[in-house]
Amino acid sequence: MLEAILSLGGVGFCAALALGFAAQKFAVEVDAREAAILEVLPGANCGACGFPGCGGYARAVASGAVAPELCPPGGPETVARIARIIGVAAIAVDPQVAVVICQGDQQRATEKYRYLGISDCRAAQKLADGPKTCPGGCLGLGTCAAICPFGAITMTDQHLAVIDRDKCVGCRKCVEPCPRQVIKMTPRSVSVHVLCNSHDKGALVRRYCQVGCIACQLCKKAAPEAYVIEDFLARVDYRHAVKPTAGVEVAIDKCPTHCIRDDNPPPAPVPDEKPAPQAA
Amino acid sequence: MKIKRFPGGLHPPEHKSTAARAIEPCSLPDELVIPLAQHIGAPAEPCVVIGDTVAKGQVIAQPRGFVSVPIHASSSGVVTAVEPRLHPMGRPLPAIVIKPDGRDAWPDGLEGGMNPLLVDPLTLPPSRLRDMVRNAGVVGLGGATFPTHVKLSPPGGKKINTLILNGVECEPYLTADHRLMLEEPERILAGIDILRRILGVERVCIGIEENKPDAIAVMRDACAQRDIEVIALKVMYPQGAEKQLIFAVTGRQTPSGGLPMDVGVVVQNVGTAAAVADAIIHGRPLVERIATITGPALVEPKNLRIRIGTSLRHLVAECGGLREEVVKVIMGGPMMGHTQLSLDVPAIRGTSGLLLLDKNAVATRSEGPCIRCARCVSVCPARLLPTTISAYARRDMIAEAERFNALDCIECGCCAYTCPARIPLVQSIRQVKGAILAKRRLS
Ligand code: SF4
Ligand code: SF4
Ligand code: SF4
Repeated sequence: MLEAILSLGGVGFCAALALGFAAQKFAVEVDAREAAILEVLPGANCGACGFPGCGGYARAVASGAVAPELCPPGGPETVARIARIIGVAAIAVDPQVAVVICQGDQQRATEKYRYLGISDCRAAQKLADGPKTCPGGCLGLGTCAAICPFGAITMTDQHLAVIDRDKCVGCRKCVEPCPRQVIKMTPRSVSVHVLCNSHDKGALVRRYCQVGCIACQLCKKAAPEAYVIEDFLARVDYRHAVKPTAGVEVAIDKCPTHCIRDDNPPPAPVPDEKPAPQAA
Repeated sequence: MKIKRFPGGLHPPEHKSTAARAIEPCSLPDELVIPLAQHIGAPAEPCVVIGDTVAKGQVIAQPRGFVSVPIHASSSGVVTAVEPRLHPMGRPLPAIVIKPDGRDAWPDGLEGGMNPLLVDPLTLPPSRLRDMVRNAGVVGLGGATFPTHVKLSPPGGKKINTLILNGVECEPYLTADHRLMLEEPERILAGIDILRRILGVERVCIGIEENKPDAIAVMRDACAQRDIEVIALKVMYPQGAEKQLIFAVTGRQTPSGGLPMDVGVVVQNVGTAAAVADAIIHGRPLVERIATITGPALVEPKNLRIRIGTSLRHLVAECGGLREEVVKVIMGGPMMGHTQLSLDVPAIRGTSGLLLLDKNAVATRSEGPCIRCARCVSVCPARLLPTTISAYARRDMIAEAERFNALDCIECGCCAYTCPARIPLVQSIRQVKGAILAKRRLS
């Protein structure tokens, strides 16, 4: 019994000595600021900053290699806190939100062929440029939804990707994988968007989509400052649309194909309805 | 003697109902749409403009780079457009449109070719022969359309000692090579002599599957005077794939990531050999090919000699039109062919067949979960684990898929064909192969 205690205790003591020595000798110097920065980062490890995880970004910021405003999930608050830690003036970042600029789901847009392959938009795009007739529309196979680290993208049962602007932190991870480049980053301060990604001429767009932009200019006539039309496709001019005077929303009802949408509608008035009949 | 074959593979129903139908010429269509991209490698560069009058066999587009070949007018007429047209790959790609004048005339009143050779081709130096093959636009006619002159130019240090002629035609439905071997063996043999001279090889074998006993007999007969082996192979898809054919014929295993020339072999399709003979002996460029137009939706399936650029619609009309609604149109064979969006697409150099399927021939059951039956593993001729690679592919686990040798997949489709859960295995593997190559290009 005694020798067992002694020998185990001895082994433990030697190990403790060795560990203690190693801890001293090989100590990794942790920059206090790095730890502090890591503390204020959201810890999502989403990679939007371009570094492997929040730790990598914290180290890079602490070393002064990169600016403190590269963390979109953190938002302006985090930027301000990091700026305080490293002692620089915070630059105001314009928070962004991703938008799928397409409403052409299975019911409203036609398909070139019936796709039966894997649920991956990138794979589908390789087969004759994707099953959707429209060259820019959402394929609805959910590649972006699978990638979004924040669960902000859902697929409708009519196969269209929709981004929840309350959950989207603007990390941009969905933008590049989408083979149709139909996800755009927009300033959070503007909630009105032209939801179409087809540069085809109006007559052609009408043939394959009920809700496509036909470049009829009506939105631009209604709010000349807030819209631009380029290459047969209208888009909100986000630089000016932030101004209350731009009148970006006055064009919404003017669009004949209803492809302008306000993602931030005021709460709908309580419908004037009879109360549901009581179960007997 | 044991009948030769490769490991893995399967034997889908053959459906070779056109095997007994002699090759027929196809009528001249109203319009020829000749795409500039008809081969692997850089597309050709047009050298005619709208309004030009062209003769049959005239060069209308020049090659760009070494891995590229010229394109020729497949009939005489007037160039009416140089513009993107729907290509068999499913998107509009640049093409030269010719309105035939109906005379189908070669230049300067020549018959059946441009400048018939007046000397014995076998006295010409290999480099000259190789240039002639290239100038005639010859590409692999089995369907891969790899420029033939490139395959005939092994880099220094690679010693080629065996030439294998591919007369396997393992894809269901297709019978074009079969008919060619039966009807025109002398063209093939003339081509073999030239290929042999270019490569300087001793051993020449022709691999033919056992389901074509008549072709085996004809070729054996024709080869009697020559030192050429005709090898009967077990009926097994994908025997016509290069590495599988090499293994079946010579027992040599092409290393992972390697090429046939790494094991001293060059494989050429029998149709390509015939095209080489035409090119050298008659100076006739590749302006037509033999294709099987078939399928249950067609009234009268046929083997046709078609001009490059003929629309699929014209080919269907040539075979008596459609019997019923066509649900799926496939260019090439059912295993590796390309599904078409429309019949208004031209036949190109790689069009070995056209398959018109009705609703009974097209299954559209959706996929279920993998039941771990390992059927895909036992049929994979590349000896891969399709289910594992596919699972990695679908989770974007590119490095893992690469470790399981995804790049060795030959996309034969055996795994997806056999999978009882109908998992699109090949599509996902093809997807991850693209991702692996993209990653390699980046690093
Ligand atoms: S937005 Fe892009 S990635 Fe997302 S479902 Fe649509 S096509 Fe696919
Ligand atoms: S993994 Fe590739 S090579 Fe193997 S059976 Fe499937 S398609 Fe053919
Ligand atoms: S054949 Fe299909 S079900 Fe069977 S192991 Fe392979 S993937 Fe799974």
